Amino acid sequence: MKIFYTDNLIIGGGLAGLRLAISTKEAGYKTTVLSLIPVKRSHSSAAQGGMQASLANSVMSKGDNEDVHFEDTVKGSDWGCDQKVARMFTQVAPKAIRELTAWGVPWSRIQKGDKSVMMDGKRETITENESSHGLIASRDFGGTKKWRTCYTADATGHTMLYAVANEAIKQGVEILEKKEAVKLIHKDGVCYGAVVKDLMNGEVFAYLSKATTVATGGYGRIFEASTNAVICEGTGAAIALETGVAKLANMEAVQFHPTALVPSGILMTEGCRGDGGILRDVDGYRFMPDYEPEKKELASRDVVSRRMTEHIRAGKGVPSVYGEHLWLDISILGRKHIEKNLRDMQDICKNFLGIDPACEGVWIPVRPMQHYSMGGIKVDETGQSPHLKGLFSCGEAACWDMHGFNRLGGNSVAETVVSGMIVGEYVASYCKKHNLKLDTKLANDFMNEFDLEQDTILSKVCDIIHKPNELSIYDIRDKMRKIMMHKVGIFRTGSELKVALNELKKLYKDSLGVHIRSGKKFANPGLIDTLRVQKMLKLALCITKGAMLRTESRGAHTREDFPKRDDKNWLKRTLTTWEQKELDEPKVSYEELDINSMELPPGFRGYGKKGNVIEHPQSAIRQEEVDKIRQENKNKNRHEIQKKLMPYKLPKKYQNKNERVEVGYE
Amino acid sequence: MSRKLIFNVFKYNPLDKSDRPKLQTYEVHETDGMTIFVALNYIRDRLDHTLQFDFVCRAGICGSCAMVINGTPTLACKTLTRDYKDGEITLLPLPVFELIGDLSINTAKWMNEMSKDVASWIHTNEQTIIDNIEKPMEPEVAEEVFELDRCIECGCCIAACGTKQMRPKFKGAVALNRVARFLCDPRDERDEADMFEIIGDDEGIFGCMSLLGCDDTCPKNLPLQSKLAYLRRKMVSVK
Repeated sequence: MKIFYTDNLIIGGGLAGLRLAISTKEAGYKTTVLSLIPVKRSHSSAAQGGMQASLANSVMSKGDNEDVHFEDTVKGSDWGCDQKVARMFTQVAPKAIRELTAWGVPWSRIQKGDKSVMMDGKRETITENESSHGLIASRDFGGTKKWRTCYTADATGHTMLYAVANEAIKQGVEILEKKEAVKLIHKDGVCYGAVVKDLMNGEVFAYLSKATTVATGGYGRIFEASTNAVICEGTGAAIALETGVAKLANMEAVQFHPTALVPSGILMTEGCRGDGGILRDVDGYRFMPDYEPEKKELASRDVVSRRMTEHIRAGKGVPSVYGEHLWLDISILGRKHIEKNLRDMQDICKNFLGIDPACEGVWIPVRPMQHYSMGGIKVDETGQSPHLKGLFSCGEAACWDMHGFNRLGGNSVAETVVSGMIVGEYVASYCKKHNLKLDTKLANDFMNEFDLEQDTILSKVCDIIHKPNELSIYDIRDKMRKIMMHKVGIFRTGSELKVALNELKKLYKDSLGVHIRSGKKFANPGLIDTLRVQKMLKLALCITKGAMLRTESRGAHTREDFPKRDDKNWLKRTLTTWEQKELDEPKVSYEELDINSMELPPGFRGYGKKGNVIEHPQSAIRQEEVDKIRQENKNKNRHEIQKKLMPYKLPKKYQNKNERVEVGYE
Repeated sequence: MSRKLIFNVFKYNPLDKSDRPKLQTYEVHETDGMTIFVALNYIRDRLDHTLQFDFVCRAGICGSCAMVINGTPTLACKTLTRDYKDGEITLLPLPVFELIGDLSINTAKWMNEMSKDVASWIHTNEQTIIDNIEKPMEPEVAEEVFELDRCIECGCCIAACGTKQMRPKFKGAVALNRVARFLCDPRDERDEADMFEIIGDDEGIFGCMSLLGCDDTCPKNLPLQSKLAYLRRKMVSVK
């Protein structure tokens, strides 16, 4: 069996993996990227609406900076995030945008003078300053105080991915496509690489490396209705879980996007609402202002998704053969705006529904569907697993934890590149400090273990005629997806979660004994899918058990039997492990979030239900402390005050202040 | 009662020495709003667990699923079955690209070579300090660059190219479009003479026979006809 060597092995070739690859390659380390698919086809390309960074170029973003972005992010997370990581992120996001500009992303730019825009259902005129002419434009997004989301029409992810992928090609990063990492190689708490299956010819080989980075994205395809690409099955997080050493965090934190197309589940960008689009019900009535008088359609995603579901439950949904839905109206924005800034949305509506949403009164059928995985591989601020050394993770695959229990729109595509930049520096320094350990016996042991697993599945070849009533792996997958959607979805209850957990355990058992239709090791999607579904079921069990045990509602995790956010008991991160292979459910433990070190102690988000929090006694004490520090240092600048409130670390090259129009480096 | 669709799907595994290319027929009941994506997944999940094909975004954004559908290269994910009136649909892999198996092709290898060949990135000696305000760019120029940057490298233009059939080394519209994209981007310091070095021969812009299969089939409706003509005129004028 073949064994290869590299310094940094990156599993996953989306924006996060590729940006991280550039960092370690530039630092002089051999960098290898494994990808299930051609990297330019990664799900990053589907990020439509934009990337948040506090450039403050537009008149509508005036006064924006890292502080405001930080506050929006923490409130969005419902105080579930790691505030230091949120700080690291907001500090580097403007740098990331500017780097991408140099690499060729054709960001939409500001035109000086008057511009007609839709705001809160009304046409308004804004006037852009001469000094901002030609700088990067931004649009409004949910849960943000300022217009902060930078974009290239509605194909932001695509242009970012092409710029970063081409930069990686230019730098000579080794990119291996149609390869799947199926097992992490590890010993005594250290990760040494991965066992890899070639999806073209079925060959199994090993990569030994100093550092191993998982950047495989989210696990949306565990749910029946998801905006995610078909490859988003969470297998990267699953191979980390299967080590029995690395832990996953906050797996129950799953975001549902308010506006997914019915029935296909294709995303209608938040930019639709950011640009002034509104939601309507069966009567054509704009209902969001009744629920959220302040932010209306632009409350955070968890809030809007819940309000929509509530409204459908109240009998105001639009009936259809694909179930009830609501309407998204962008026709009010006008044809010119749509054909320039929401062009892909228009194309998708035309192609999949045969409607043109730019025609007056033509509305888009939408419903909340699974969209983003806040949970993932538990890593520390440097992106490394605190439990399995040498294993790093970034992007959606990781729980670096800047999103807590709800992510803001525009913050994920930003996280991909920002975490790639920051974690990339830490991976490079790990590579510098560690020698490549070439334990070929260890590599062979892990390859043999995988072979055995594969052979076990292949030994159960049986055609459809012999086992006509038995569940196929695809039946099992579909059942899992239904359970997750209906019992572990937007609204959850303890009793349903318990049922779901038992059903999933049964399915997991079934998946281990499933019969397959072809005994070949290559050209056999049935084999690949069997291996993947077994992993997906493990993740489904982590999500469900975490959700069952968390008896509160926070961000996207909503328990109807425990409707309040319970800071007193639940200001903590869920950790799950799968310690022994033979187990049929994960072990759950918790990690406390420390209120005493928070820059922004828990409070009201500014949207969602008021008075819905069981407060932690420490929150008020810390708030007093924070107020006192601010008062004592009121003559100091905001950077100095921030340092006193919550010091955090960053690689040196990202510590400089960010320049902004009119205010300079303030 | 819904219509019964007949799918004739190319099936061949080049790694299996005993295998021969054939068209395999599957019957599928049409559902409301069915796309080729939905139909092929139904076939793989219910009828043939060995059928190989590629989808990723299933929304016409990523370019994974280009194939020849009843004779025309296009994206399968956004092709509706109801547009095929007689209910018979024949699916073949894109030609030119290396066949992995059945409908699955290796576009990655080809497109990566193409990217290196035209050096598909910004060429500049300017050092960007990422702490500082970005250089301004005229909004119309940014839009012009974006218009061409929308290419998803799906391979339809290559599969539909008459010239490519005759000149195996012809770079094709995808590569020429990338050159046009960087030529109109003020951040790229390469001028027309530099680009002439890349595409100024029979394998580049002068090989094009202007049959415009590329323009006919581009799923993103890129302005390939006008851009290819523009490039040819620019390249001719290089002294």
